[in-house]
Amino acid sequence: MTPLAGFLLVAALLFAIGLAGALTRRNAILVLIGIELMLNAANLNLIAFWRYSPHPEALTGMMFAIFSIAVAAAEAAVGLGLVISIHRHAHTTDLDQMNRMKG
Amino acid sequence: MIATMDQIFVLFEHWLVAFLPASMQPVATVLLSVAAIVCVFPGLFALTVWLERKGLGRMQNRLGPNRVGPFGLLQPIADGIKSLTKEDIVPASADAPVHFLAPLLLVVAVFMGFAVLPMGRNMVLVDMDAGLLFFFAMGASTEVSVFMAGWSSRNKYSLLGAMRAVAQMISYEVVLLLSSVAVVMIAGSLSLTKIVEAQNHYSGVFPNWYIFTPWGLAGFIMYAIAATAETNRSPFDLPEGESELVAGYHTEYSGFKFALFFLGEYLAMFSISGLGTTLFLGGWSAPFSFLVWIPSWIWFFSKLMLSIFVFIWMRGTLPRLRQDQLMNFAWKFVLPFTLLNLMVTALWRFMGDGWERWVVCSAILIAAYVIMGRVGMYREHFGPRRYRYAE
Amino acid sequence: MSFVFYLVSAMAVAGALAAVLLKNTVHCALALTVAFAGLALLFLDLDAQFAGFAQILVYIGAVAILIVFAILLTRGSETPKDGVYSRNWLAGLAIAAAVFSVLGWAVLQSAWTLPHETAVPTVTVHDIGDALVGRYVLPLEIVALLLTAATIGAVIVAMHEKGGAK
Repeated sequence: MTPLAGFLLVAALLFAIGLAGALTRRNAILVLIGIELMLNAANLNLIAFWRYSPHPEALTGMMFAIFSIAVAAAEAAVGLGLVISIHRHAHTTDLDQMNRMKG
Repeated sequence: MIATMDQIFVLFEHWLVAFLPASMQPVATVLLSVAAIVCVFPGLFALTVWLERKGLGRMQNRLGPNRVGPFGLLQPIADGIKSLTKEDIVPASADAPVHFLAPLLLVVAVFMGFAVLPMGRNMVLVDMDAGLLFFFAMGASTEVSVFMAGWSSRNKYSLLGAMRAVAQMISYEVVLLLSSVAVVMIAGSLSLTKIVEAQNHYSGVFPNWYIFTPWGLAGFIMYAIAATAETNRSPFDLPEGESELVAGYHTEYSGFKFALFFLGEYLAMFSISGLGTTLFLGGWSAPFSFLVWIPSWIWFFSKLMLSIFVFIWMRGTLPRLRQDQLMNFAWKFVLPFTLLNLMVTALWRFMGDGWERWVVCSAILIAAYVIMGRVGMYREHFGPRRYRYAE
Repeated sequence: MSFVFYLVSAMAVAGALAAVLLKNTVHCALALTVAFAGLALLFLDLDAQFAGFAQILVYIGAVAILIVFAILLTRGSETPKDGVYSRNWLAGLAIAAAVFSVLGWAVLQSAWTLPHETAVPTVTVHDIGDALVGRYVLPLEIVALLLTAATIGAVIVAMHEKGGAK
């Protein structure tokens, strides 16, 4: 198994763990944690492919990963702001209890 | 002879490592340098503890410790023995693993920051291309340990202190980064050794340090303010002020763990002062061209101790800032000023050599300072004090 | 594949598992920090120093702190009475397992076409700076706009409403 395949498998495993976390936890913040893990796994994929690409001096993978880090930070901020706002309204962050559209 | 004195530690290390086989030499070099850092900076920490207590005492018109050894010089040893032999109390409801790991993480993150500081000519542990970024990454990791300490103690005072400390640290971290970016713009590299080499020239007798330029002076002042706030020193020490919060996030720590927090705080002070001297004060370069014969590491450590003395001086002189005053100051004054400083730095770079750029840049910075100060103070009414009495 | 790779991957995967399995939310956030650190070390193993240090600075220094603040502001550290896993946790687990098997199968199938050894890329920060203001200047400006919008949006979303809903 090549080194690249090793990194890709680790990224796939992290992605699956993040997905499992986002789908099985009740607390909205833990869903966001799962999403952050998925984004990180995608970044690892990008950097691994950049490293083993035929033209790493084009920096495409590295740039993509850096922009992805910036965008993920912004998305985490907005998502957590939403969670705080929902908690202020419904006094809970339990996703199983937010099963009605009527506020 | 001068060059030998300047490189004495490097030569000593080469001589020691030559005893080992060639395959082990790189690892041995690194280990030896790490051992040197781990011995020197805690030694400086002991000296600073004494200096702080004596200095603060003198500023407060009292003597400071004077019983243990001549002038109290052995006081740090007494303090060390005390903290090592005290009972390590962990509260019963505290989160034990997190409580244990918090001081460890702090000390590890702070020691890592020393790896990229150039302490003399050819005396840097790792000459990284992105050295400045590495330093700030390690600084950001200390915030997690502060939060861990405060939360795991299950104590309202600790949690409040930790939250305040973390909020303060992230606010001033932005200021720290932006004032360093101005230096990076002019030096053209994130590598700290290149930044020092860019300042190691002399125009006549005077050095080309960045602090002697308008944007450099403004940047240095912003950096110094942010550094004081990052390390929770007075006047920004509300998170650990004894009269407000018992001891803030390290209330529930005793014995050796408290000593580790204490060590971590002072080492953070050293590393951030070291970075400040590297970025603005020319690192290991001598202040005048006729003083170049004094070894470079002596200059670095002198500037470091001068910065520490200024920290102690500020602690003894200025009153503490309230949390909201501190945050307002960061976001409403220091950060816009730092952004303006970035633009002024760009203007400096593109105006070319000459006296015009000095005048224009200084004028913009002074005008901005005066205007922002006036605007900030517009609503404040400083009249005679009014008293309200209970009826 | 070196010993360092196995060690660091184990740290990242262990951190991720702890982040989704633990009951105490704050412990989950701290385990997530360990996973981020493991990922940063993996980036450094892949000779992407800038990305690795940016990962530590942004994720551990900002996103982890943000998550922890949000947990404390929403009282997440109290243990919920209905348990921590949702009602249909088995379906979620099955979906995640299916995704992993598909991805793993794809990687292992094509493992023989992937390059084995390539030269270490020498990337300096100067090159990254040149690329950012040269070829990638449009994404840079768009990300700047996005970050501004996200900052303002997050502040507005989380602000206390004047009067209005309690």
